[in-house]
Amino acid sequence: MSEITYLEAIREGLFEEMERDENVFCLGEDIGAYGGAFKVTEGLMAKYGEKRVIDTPIAEAAIIGAAAGAAHMGMRPVCEMQFIDFISTGYDMLTNYVATARYRAMLPCPMVVRGPSGGYVRGGPFHSQNPEAAFLHTPGLKIVYPATASDAKGLLKSAIRDEDCVLYFEHKYLYRRIKEEMPAGDHLTPIGKARIAREGKDISIITYAATVWKALEAAEQVQTEDGLSVEVVDLRTLLPMDDEAIIATVKKTNRVLIVHEDTRTGGVAGEITARINESAFEWLDAPILRVTAADVPLPYSPPLEDYVLPQTSDIVVALRKLASY
Amino acid sequence: MARSGTAASRPANLNKESAGSDSDGSLTREQKLELYYFMRLTRSLEERLVNLYRQTKVIGGLFRSLGQEADAVGSAYALDRSKGDVLSPLIRNLGSMLVQGAKPNEIIKQYMAKGDSPTRGRELNIHYGDLVRGFIGQISHLGDMVPVMAGVTLSFKLRGEDRVGLVYVGDGATSTGAFHEGINFAAVQRCPLVVVVENNGYAYSTPLSKQTAARQLVDKAIGYGIAGERADGNDVIATYEVTKRAVDRARDGGGVTLIELVTYRRKGHAEHDNQSYVPPGEIERWANENDPIDRYSKRLVAEGFDKSALDAIDTRVKDEIDRATDEADASPMPDPTDALVGIYADPPAIAPLWFREGIKSAVEVHERPSSWGTHDV
Repeated sequence: MSEITYLEAIREGLFEEMERDENVFCLGEDIGAYGGAFKVTEGLMAKYGEKRVIDTPIAEAAIIGAAAGAAHMGMRPVCEMQFIDFISTGYDMLTNYVATARYRAMLPCPMVVRGPSGGYVRGGPFHSQNPEAAFLHTPGLKIVYPATASDAKGLLKSAIRDEDCVLYFEHKYLYRRIKEEMPAGDHLTPIGKARIAREGKDISIITYAATVWKALEAAEQVQTEDGLSVEVVDLRTLLPMDDEAIIATVKKTNRVLIVHEDTRTGGVAGEITARINESAFEWLDAPILRVTAADVPLPYSPPLEDYVLPQTSDIVVALRKLASY
Repeated sequence: MARSGTAASRPANLNKESAGSDSDGSLTREQKLELYYFMRLTRSLEERLVNLYRQTKVIGGLFRSLGQEADAVGSAYALDRSKGDVLSPLIRNLGSMLVQGAKPNEIIKQYMAKGDSPTRGRELNIHYGDLVRGFIGQISHLGDMVPVMAGVTLSFKLRGEDRVGLVYVGDGATSTGAFHEGINFAAVQRCPLVVVVENNGYAYSTPLSKQTAARQLVDKAIGYGIAGERADGNDVIATYEVTKRAVDRARDGGGVTLIELVTYRRKGHAEHDNQSYVPPGEIERWANENDPIDRYSKRLVAEGFDKSALDAIDTRVKDEIDRATDEADASPMPDPTDALVGIYADPPAIAPLWFREGIKSAVEVHERPSSWGTHDV
């Protein structure tokens, strides 16, 4: 088997699920004839036709609402947001309609909303967002955000098969930068389970998506330069959060750094910190630290974007501070 | 047609406008009586709910469809329940749900927030549904059900099923983005969907003239490239006929129809609303001159129906509502911990928060929260 990119892994997952279950269909802007803004869905319409690969009007609320209606009737829609930044125009539909459907009306909503997310690509304020925190506090939704190509495929396939709505964030910086050989067979990554990306005993970094790679770089650097053993936990799923994995790594290293690309205030790191505080406070030897983006809309120009987003060097600084506490 | 300044007058229209209902399609004698039954059941059930509201047995707000029973009943009656047609009602379409098979005891239990209500006490009033009987519950965000029903009917199209969907919106909801996005998407996809715009003159306190600059709401159909028809929403036969044409068109692959049903909201937005914004005499004029049940009763008698047949239906309706009230009254309130069940398929329930472990409920007295603005004014 040859290696494929993160983007190809998503596409492979889509093809496999479309093939496996005729109730799976895709809808989104420019996903059919054109194959999507990033070509994730390339070839899908040629194989499955325009009934199952639907080019929609520019209407995120309609895409998400229609997916919900079809999902009620037993279909398994996969919605593409052309950029995940545009999910905000479907926020009402997701948080008020979809997320509550099972609870208030016993209506199933097995559907996926996926889209290219994240920065480090000079995309500016509206093509670089990480909106996961905006949905984290909505009961009824699930959120996954893979960092590796095999998880990109395995989580997408699990999301399509899930009985509830899964927001599937895919990092566009990783699309063509990482490659991996796919596990054989029907590869599923379980939703709700974190992954140890690197074993360590001195400090834990809890992170997800593109910053997993920055964390690994920093861990390698402090191993070489400082002799520190850093564990990197890749959450993979943000909702439901893998409390067991988080608490296990806290108890193992007693020092925690949380890293995410999203802005700081109200970000996922705050929630993780609160959970550790409630469940494992006495296991901590140092305050929990955060490395995140600064609280600004993400600017376009390289010196500005690089300054705002978390970099490997920032993580190294934080690791050294934790080690010396 | 509209006799009030709040509803649009009758300008020349590129789209078809229904004439009065001299014809009655192919409705049988039994069906005509059934239409009367559903309209009467709607009105009497809501009157019972008013009584329960005044006894503070209704926990939340109460929403009436007084004077609008014909448009909900007549339009829903045009669907084919044997084929599995599905509708999504709005807050003043109780009648459409009854046509699809909703039961009075379910409605009363919903309003009383009972544990064995269709939503087990999770949602209010007529916000509930049943896919088996073919109705999907609305949410409070107006217009949102249009994209959802676009998706429901898209699934009919994808699977080659011979089914039709119908979604109700009010005049106010036509201003929302969701309405526009949903109807446009359904139009492009030629979904088998009927969009009924129930124009009752007001969205809460806002008259139609402040909702849109369109001469009439049916004009919006032209912009979407779909069929549009306008009919007298207080004439149950006209309402049935115009909807039946749209349902047939949808089933035959003709795509979406927008129907504007012109009616009038004789009660406030909800029971607490004193309607201070309504011009004097307007409500009385509609009540005296254009009550849909009065009009239909007179019509049936003129057609030769025996008045006693209608009286018998009135009696039957009262008995049904009495029984439903007794049953709902005797139903239990929900077990508080049922609040933690069913957010996801898996896990089936979430764990209680640590400070609630072993505690059944922090609220032992179920009072109507005054902050909700649901008291009588």
